[in-house]
Amino acid sequence: MPDSHLSPRVSTSDVAHLARLARLAVTDAELDTFAQQLDVILGAVARVAELDVADVQPMSHAVALTNVFRPDEVRPSLPREDVLAGAPAVEDDKFRVPRILAEEA
Amino acid sequence: MTDLIRLTAAETAAKVATGEVSAVEVAQAHLDRIAEVDGGEHGGVHAFLHVDTDGALAAAKAIDGKRAAGEELGPLAGVPLAMKDVVVTRGLPTTSGSKILQGWIPPYDATITTRIKDAGIVMLGKTNMDEFAMGSSTENSAYGPTRNPWDQTKIPGGSSGGSSAAVAAFEAPLSIGTDTGGSIRQPAAVTGIVGHKPTYGAVSRYGLIAFSSSLDQAGPFARTVLDTALLYEAIAGHDPLDSTSLDVPVAPVVAAAREGANGDLAGVKVGVIRELGGEGYEPGVTAAFEAAVATLKGLGAEIVEVSCHSFDYALAAYYLIAPSECSSNLARFDAVRYGLRVGDDGNNSLEDVMSLTREAGFGPEVKRRIMIGTYALSSGYYDAYYGQAQKVRRLIADDFNKAFAQVDVLVSPTAPTVAFGIGEVLDPLTMYKNDLATLPASLAGVPAISVPAGLSEGLPVGLQIIAPTLQDDRCFKVAAAFESASPFPEIPS
Amino acid sequence: MTFATVEDVLAKYEPTFGLETHVELNTKSKMFCGCSTDFGGEPNTRTCPTCLGLPGALPAVNALAIESTIKIGLALNCSIATWCRFARKNYFYPDMPKNFQTSQYDEPLCFDGYLDVEVDGVTHRVGIERVHMEEDTGKNTHVGGATGRIHGADYSLVDFNRAGIPLIEIVTKPVPGTGALAPEVAKAYVTALRDILRTLGVSDVRMEQGSLRCDVNTSLAPLGATEWGTRTETKNVNSLRSVERAVRSEMIRQAGLLDAGQRILQETRHFQETTGETRPGRSKEEATDYRHFPELDLVPVAPAPEWVEQIRANLPELPAARRARLVESLGVSADDLQQMSNAGVVELVGETVEAGAPVAEARNWWQGYLTQQANAKEVETAELNITPAHVARVIALVADGTLSTALARQAVDGVLETGDDVDAVIAAKGLKKVSDTGALEAAADAAIAADPDAAQKIRDGKVAAVGALVGQVMKATRGQADAAAVREILLRKLGQA
Repeated sequence: MPDSHLSPRVSTSDVAHLARLARLAVTDAELDTFAQQLDVILGAVARVAELDVADVQPMSHAVALTNVFRPDEVRPSLPREDVLAGAPAVEDDKFRVPRILAEEA
Repeated sequence: MTDLIRLTAAETAAKVATGEVSAVEVAQAHLDRIAEVDGGEHGGVHAFLHVDTDGALAAAKAIDGKRAAGEELGPLAGVPLAMKDVVVTRGLPTTSGSKILQGWIPPYDATITTRIKDAGIVMLGKTNMDEFAMGSSTENSAYGPTRNPWDQTKIPGGSSGGSSAAVAAFEAPLSIGTDTGGSIRQPAAVTGIVGHKPTYGAVSRYGLIAFSSSLDQAGPFARTVLDTALLYEAIAGHDPLDSTSLDVPVAPVVAAAREGANGDLAGVKVGVIRELGGEGYEPGVTAAFEAAVATLKGLGAEIVEVSCHSFDYALAAYYLIAPSECSSNLARFDAVRYGLRVGDDGNNSLEDVMSLTREAGFGPEVKRRIMIGTYALSSGYYDAYYGQAQKVRRLIADDFNKAFAQVDVLVSPTAPTVAFGIGEVLDPLTMYKNDLATLPASLAGVPAISVPAGLSEGLPVGLQIIAPTLQDDRCFKVAAAFESASPFPEIPS
Repeated sequence: MTFATVEDVLAKYEPTFGLETHVELNTKSKMFCGCSTDFGGEPNTRTCPTCLGLPGALPAVNALAIESTIKIGLALNCSIATWCRFARKNYFYPDMPKNFQTSQYDEPLCFDGYLDVEVDGVTHRVGIERVHMEEDTGKNTHVGGATGRIHGADYSLVDFNRAGIPLIEIVTKPVPGTGALAPEVAKAYVTALRDILRTLGVSDVRMEQGSLRCDVNTSLAPLGATEWGTRTETKNVNSLRSVERAVRSEMIRQAGLLDAGQRILQETRHFQETTGETRPGRSKEEATDYRHFPELDLVPVAPAPEWVEQIRANLPELPAARRARLVESLGVSADDLQQMSNAGVVELVGETVEAGAPVAEARNWWQGYLTQQANAKEVETAELNITPAHVARVIALVADGTLSTALARQAVDGVLETGDDVDAVIAAKGLKKVSDTGALEAAADAAIAADPDAAQKIRDGKVAAVGALVGQVMKATRGQADAAAVREILLRKLGQA
């Protein structure tokens, strides 16, 4: 199968970058394996470039609905015990998280 | 007494309604069966991740109480059901087959969970699945594989392998799965039962742990077409909590199944899709499929060959769209509000804890798809990958429309192979090819059902019947007709 | 060259500014779920699977939020999209329940509008790029650091009550050509925008409470340049005055750097209330790639043209139109109007007149005593507790003799303090003109007895001396006597009436 002009070469540094974006602490060993696997997969999916879709409207949804709204009415919230029950760490009825490095966006 | 676990759902409901058997007896019989065959991570069918003995018996008792009080019971009241663990169930552990949700007890019910409970259906427990519904063999479960009841060295299909195996193993007459690229149909095919992927939007997604928002649909599994139809009607219908759910009447699939059972397909045009066959499909599968087509013809259907060229690109488009959507849907698993938290040692930052948690909590297939999705949505790549895939999706939908202008239903083998060995397929891309025949219908959002169509090398083969959008009843009519003429192979037990 | 003022900057550079404003809508429920938007509340008591980002949860769009957004777009002269979608903006942060924000990306609901603002009699047109819908995040509190800020904190706590509150983002096009007035025009824009939003009734628009938030973009280009300069984004701009100060301070800072041959870093800065200057935020190594794509848990929004026209037809009279109408009905000269405008009291006077007061009295109160009060309290005149209705009532009570001028001032002070009804204030403070003749006679007698010299002068014909005695009576009656009646009584008693 001929490579399309989009055929990617996914390097380990590409994988490291993707892993960072996706908050995955991928190990060095995994980097190589993933790089190989992703390269193959991306090579296969790059086939989509072979079709002439210049005049085609993208389809993001199988359902042709528009304007689905709900009225501005208050509904009961979850009881706080339920909200916090599954939390890894709680303090003062809030979710406790370790120190945050990045500033608010 | 008839072996309760061999009854169909319809038969069970009828006996419960008359009082011939109690719902508690029925539930107990199935719980006993689970104890007998299900085993666990290291042996047995291992369809279940969690069996809710107390809850099931309590629900069954409530049904018996209602009956005794003369209250009207629904058409499936007292019938046991197994629920795929991707569906949120209040108070019952819900893992989505992943370590990252180990121990999570949801504080709310999915809409379909509520509807199932309201129908008086008795939920026995939660079933095993490929992690976050990503896979075709249930080998990606973080909790060990499920084994095909036909041959426990073989996979039961995926991602709804647990739900499918549970029904095939007579652990429940009904189960719920979800189908994103074939995850109901392919397991149904390789375990020899019926499984239906509804029209996208026909069944609420509220409470389905999301994999790919524009593709996910919950659907029914059962051993007969009628049972599958009955469960469909119990769960389908508009839900204001799901903005993508269709506000239309539920398709009359039960009536269609009953009508189809008379085996008359005169006037029905059946299209055989050229692209969903041939290279990549096992000869035994092809042979079984051809026999199935001949059966349909024998019932009066007119067989037409159709070509849908874009279907050759369905796999490529799907493996861009689904990972893209899941890379975003799975971002919420961040160790903050629920689920696993790893590395919170007082030194690590939150960013580190998030990354360590996701690394530990997600399996390799999930990580691969998250990274592919992240790549495909990246600025600079979006147009060529995700954007392009959406256009290919339009071509696939158009090809279906063109085909349905000529024929009433389309058919193909459900899967290119029969069940393969657990541990046999290690290469991701090879695994993806299990979805070759099921992907097009997923991308277009059209309804598709898989029915047992004979055996190949002693293992089940499925016939896929696809109908136009919203015409789920057409799938059931043709499926029921086929069932009447080609009885489903008996599942060994 | 040292740059100390905006004029210094303008000698060499031309400023361009832009504003991104976030508005919290005053809907009862959140953008994508039915949780209450009420302020306060114990932490994590106004959340549900959707705004908590629980697995399996889905959003459902608040219809009123759509309508409010369209109202805002129409009021800003925007085109309303015939078809648009929500989109996901993907990034990780602990106050983000889904780690993506459901927002709008390349398909805003409203786009391509403008708002005309006036500064010193000159109109500047601020282009509106887009108005779109999104949702607010939860709130982080940082624990362990010295200042409660994120630097040096040991850990943080997250409350999701505010997650999912409907936010409307209004983005201007870059605004060049305002020269030395850039800071004032920026402030005028936010003021005008706030007034429109208040008139539409779609938000509380209180900057101090965070229901109206501004980020200010500033850049400089050398005079005559054909390209924009590098812009900085300034956050934490929490008042109208801060908008002006932030633009001014950024212009001066950037001019200093550019003139010294340095580059301007495209960065986010934070405005410091105390110093009036900006400081850099933590720099990011790379611009975040938000990987936007359509929100597939929601369907497109395609407002029917008839619906949009109906919303347009039902818009209240907007501030600009009302101002024009008032000016006409007030019938004041251009100079007078300019004065009133500079004092920021045109609408206030207008509404007071609408409530029945004569123009002159209304102007007198607002341009006089009330402007003084506002300045003393360092607030906008419109932010005082007293309203045109109050002032009109006071004017009417003076006109019908119930209040003297002195009492009127006391009544106004009471309203400024409490915001209560004029009549309630009068009752509470007992501000009644003493017209009871008996009491006045008694007070007059007392004053005459206490100052026999003045009394004698009056008897002798020096009528002007009665002023001192009137003053005594006023003092004795705590200003509540009817001064004219008192004068008459005194003169009569002293044989001069």
